[in-house]
Amino acid sequence: MGLQAIAFYLLAIVTIAAGFAVVSARNPVHSVLFLIAAFFSAAGLFVLMGAEFLAMLLVVVYVGAVAVLFLFVVMMLDVDFAALRQGFARYLPIGGLIAGGLAMEMVIVSYTVATTGAAKLNDTPLASGAHAATGVTNAEAIGRVLYTNYVYFFQAAGMVLLVAMIGAIVLTLRHKPSVRRQVIADQVARTRRGGMRVVSLKPGEGVSE
Amino acid sequence: MDIGLAHYLAVAAILFTIGVFGIFVNRKNIIVILMSIELILLAVNINLVAFSVYLGNVVGQIFAMFVLTVAAAEAAVGLAILVTFFRNRGDISVDDASMMKG
Repeated sequence: MGLQAIAFYLLAIVTIAAGFAVVSARNPVHSVLFLIAAFFSAAGLFVLMGAEFLAMLLVVVYVGAVAVLFLFVVMMLDVDFAALRQGFARYLPIGGLIAGGLAMEMVIVSYTVATTGAAKLNDTPLASGAHAATGVTNAEAIGRVLYTNYVYFFQAAGMVLLVAMIGAIVLTLRHKPSVRRQVIADQVARTRRGGMRVVSLKPGEGVSE
Repeated sequence: MDIGLAHYLAVAAILFTIGVFGIFVNRKNIIVILMSIELILLAVNINLVAFSVYLGNVVGQIFAMFVLTVAAAEAAVGLAILVTFFRNRGDISVDDASMMKG
């Protein structure tokens, strides 16, 4: 068993264990932390396969942005999470049955496809350093295809992110009447006539509104 | 034995079913449901990258990148809806989320 196999089994076991901990943890904060662990070890699997760019993207986007967003929301919402766990035991049998059946089917199908199907013909192991033969790094290969054949899809992806950003802002922005905001136009439009007045006072009397 | 395509596909399949299982058992907790969806998309990404490397075609990794983009957008909008829902209701129970049916 080579070093690659040891690394694969380690990363795969950590990924699956962390994934299971995500769905079974009592505290959602722990769930988010296990989600981060799952993403990290999945990024390790990507590196093992030779997809370094996507692995780094996974770490940056998921761990750096999505998981932290989850963490913010989970910690921000003041929710009784114990009440939300009601029904866990009730749905455990049916969920376990369906998930077990589905996993069995999919593992069998993928094993069959990989060993006896069309994929049998080139039985090369998935190894890192696959780009060594061509001399093109993974990021360069992706860039060459992404910025030529898929440039419109790339820009559409940017548009999706823009719409999501605007949507998230629109959904969560709220104007509280108690918060006083600076209105530059009002400040600039203010004149001496509207801002002050001259009151003539008799000596000995104060100003009464 | 060498680590081949089948190993990665098996990991992805197990991760996918863990995500489906998470949606089943955490029916009330919408935060964990969103995290389960992220797990499912991660499993899909592992599949795409495995086949991409196996076939020597980089397009699979590009598609995985787009899946990543959509997953990030989905998480952002989903959590924004969740925060708005929490502000309106003071609770995030999924069972109470049927108030729009009139």
